[in-house]
Amino acid sequence: MHDAAQNAGPVDHAGRAARFVANADQTTWHDSVLWRIREKRDAVSEGVQGWERLRDLASQIKEHTLSKLDEYLIEFEKCAAANGVQVHWASDAEAHNRIVYDLLEARDVRRVVKSKSMLTEECGLNPYLEARGLEVVDTDLGERIVQLRGEPPSHLVAPAIHVRREEISVLFHEELGTPAGSSDPQFLAGAMRQDLRARFLAADAAITGVNFAVASTGGLVVVTNEGNANLGAHLAPVHIACMGIEKLIPKPEHLGVFLRLLSRSATGQPLSIYTSHFHRPAPGRELHIVLVDNGRTRHLAREDFRASLKCIRCGACLNTCPVYRRSGGHSYGATPSGPIGAILAPGRDMEKYATLPFASSLCGSCSDVCPVKIDIHAQLYRWRQEAAREGHISRGKRLGMNMAGWITRRPARYRLAGRLARSLLRYAPRRLLYGRWNVWGRARDIPEPPARSFGEWYAAERGKK
Amino acid sequence: MNRKPRHNAPRSAGSGTQEGYPARKAILEAVRRAGVPASPLPSITGVRDLEPGDLISRFMASAEAAAATVQIVETGGVEAAVRERFPEAVSIAATVPAWSFEQVNPGTDVHTMAQLDVLVCPGAFGVAENGAVWLGESAMGSRAAPFLTQHLMLVLDRTAIVPDMHAAYDRLDVAREGYGLFVAGPSKTADIEQALVIGAHGPRSLTVLLT
Amino acid sequence: MKIGLFVPCYIDQFYPQVAVATLELLERLGCDVAYPREQTCCGQPMANAGCAEDAEATHRHTAACFREFDYVVGPSGSCVLHLREHVEQAATVRYYELCQFLVEVLQVDRLHASFSGRVGLHASCHGLRGLRLASSSERREPPFDHVAHLLGMVDGLELVGLRRPDECCGFGGIFAVQEEAVSVRMGADRLDDHLQHGVEVITGADMSCLMHLDGLIRRRDMPLRVLHVAEILNGSAEMSHA
Repeated sequence: MHDAAQNAGPVDHAGRAARFVANADQTTWHDSVLWRIREKRDAVSEGVQGWERLRDLASQIKEHTLSKLDEYLIEFEKCAAANGVQVHWASDAEAHNRIVYDLLEARDVRRVVKSKSMLTEECGLNPYLEARGLEVVDTDLGERIVQLRGEPPSHLVAPAIHVRREEISVLFHEELGTPAGSSDPQFLAGAMRQDLRARFLAADAAITGVNFAVASTGGLVVVTNEGNANLGAHLAPVHIACMGIEKLIPKPEHLGVFLRLLSRSATGQPLSIYTSHFHRPAPGRELHIVLVDNGRTRHLAREDFRASLKCIRCGACLNTCPVYRRSGGHSYGATPSGPIGAILAPGRDMEKYATLPFASSLCGSCSDVCPVKIDIHAQLYRWRQEAAREGHISRGKRLGMNMAGWITRRPARYRLAGRLARSLLRYAPRRLLYGRWNVWGRARDIPEPPARSFGEWYAAERGKK
Repeated sequence: MNRKPRHNAPRSAGSGTQEGYPARKAILEAVRRAGVPASPLPSITGVRDLEPGDLISRFMASAEAAAATVQIVETGGVEAAVRERFPEAVSIAATVPAWSFEQVNPGTDVHTMAQLDVLVCPGAFGVAENGAVWLGESAMGSRAAPFLTQHLMLVLDRTAIVPDMHAAYDRLDVAREGYGLFVAGPSKTADIEQALVIGAHGPRSLTVLLT
Repeated sequence: MKIGLFVPCYIDQFYPQVAVATLELLERLGCDVAYPREQTCCGQPMANAGCAEDAEATHRHTAACFREFDYVVGPSGSCVLHLREHVEQAATVRYYELCQFLVEVLQVDRLHASFSGRVGLHASCHGLRGLRLASSSERREPPFDHVAHLLGMVDGLELVGLRRPDECCGFGGIFAVQEEAVSVRMGADRLDDHLQHGVEVITGADMSCLMHLDGLIRRRDMPLRVLHVAEILNGSAEMSHA
């Protein structure tokens, strides 16, 4: 049901955020728990000599790879094929979903286990497969929680960060038959472990995402803490790995750079628990890779925005974002959410996501925390210009900015407007000043206007000099 | 994201592994058309730990911070160390014949592996900065075994520890085996209110035995 | 060296004492300062709202106002950052935020100012991460802080540490209105941090953030007040409106 809500019309970020923040206690919790991850990231990056240099390297390696992406894709395909891996190409979400479905259907697959993949979320793979009668079980604990709730993930790394343990307790009571009222995380996770063990053992196919694909070896790297991607991929006879074409890196040595940054940025761990390198299918098994464009080449052509394709999906920009922490992932109506979502989503569908570039104070924390140095806040600024140019800002705002530009281009107009504004603030009755029109004044007082502007003071006091 | 099924849609964006398949061609052409300016590939300098200190103690500290247990054992004492660590264990297996336990190999039945209390594998080398141990496919018995067992024990030569991930990839011929991984602790999750739970889907504990 | 005093529009209209303090401080440090009276606004409000085109004429006007100076110095990191990034100027003219100018150009090492009270420093984002007035908590670099460095020269001033030393206050120009609910919550959270550390006066290098915080302080009747750093450094903090 949340999925449907996500799809209906333009996303009103401010409205959704206001509803989130109206629950003050939940906001306090959400903010503090994500801030704690940011603090862990700070502490663990402190221990790395040359952290900033690592960020530079990661950024440059991605920049280089994007500049020769065609060559690296061909190299990757060649090496993977030589390893006995089957490579598929999909231009868009529909093609991706159909490729996956055709593979499953041809093998008579009924039960699919899936580990975390933002790409399949982006493509809407689950509903596509479910509509065709397949059972798809998300196996990451957080993903499974949001799947059972019928929601999209609200965070790149912690998909169920918006859900409290009491709600999970009720959910698991209904879905898994855990005793009512049991809300101990260890117990609840244990119940899911048991439930999913059976599903892993019975699965006909496993779908995973991809963190990195190495061009020179044709290998895939998949990173998890839970071990779910591994259980899925190793137990099922067919493993389908779905990846955006921007996941490529040239050589294995580059993994050293990215892996040192990824987990530290994501969760504050020096390395996630399992960093799997898939090069060949196990004997008698199948390994498929689906390379997906779905707007990435279009984005690659946008000079101002292509750097966002460097993203390694660590989620650090979400954790650090003061707006994300106080508005929740669902306020963005996009996967991924947060600052990185706010620069990726408008490239896919501006009409729908035009408010996202405005869901930021442009504080720049995202850009400073980003392990691959994407200029996130500068892109947000540039997307605002695109949004306005394409007519996706309100008439009132457009008119106000026209007016502000008209006033501030001439000193006389500016001075007169300033005098009028100060007089209005000084003499107008408070009820009028703080009427419904005054959004600023809902929770904040307006500055007390002085009798003289600085310009007037200067003219009087220094003008004679 | 509820796209309508379009089974009979033209396969203009279909799959293919060979030249000439439309999606492949279209993607590669679109990449070229994007006109990304050339950008050099940097060499990886200035990030290595020049004074890594005592690698064994750093490795131990990193692994323990990730909730692994590290024990130093004298050569030949692996079996004793395993039994001492898990005295109650009914089903203990190893992936190499060096240790006198049941053997797990690629032919081992999945349900047998799922009943394992303890699996003992030889780790190739460790990484001091994060406590990770590299495990190649040949050291796992079966790919699924290290994930199905309730407890995982990795035996590591204490002289086989490198400072950081750069040194790790220098040492590693990553594509030599069909599958391999770094293991850096017991499986874990924090997906319920960010509360740490050890033993998510994989092993409930990781012990590294340094020989 | 000829210094042009840049006074952002909202300081000109609402906080003239901040501009007076900036002018006096620069003069007391021996600078030759002139205030081009034709200046209006840097254009940032329009540009940040997505309407940079509406700011183009204003940008040109602003550039013309400051054409003849060696340095253009203003008491706002945010507006100065906008000038640097969007207002094209001859290479001989350099835009500076006040504190960065004092530390990096004048290399001030002593001030004649005193202030009594527990002061919390609000690190405004554009000054911090745009102009690099201080090391940001996200980056692993040797710590420095120009504003705190200058406040350290003020007799009697007690600078108080915060739990989150450089989190955004939620002003953000158009953001303060378009995302009113989150903006207000962000401001309230910053104020809590200051209050919990016993701060009496919040200062900073950007009056816009302080205006937002002050609006919340006054509405909630909190035991806090705000002062621009120029007022403290100039020793004119107790002065009321010009």
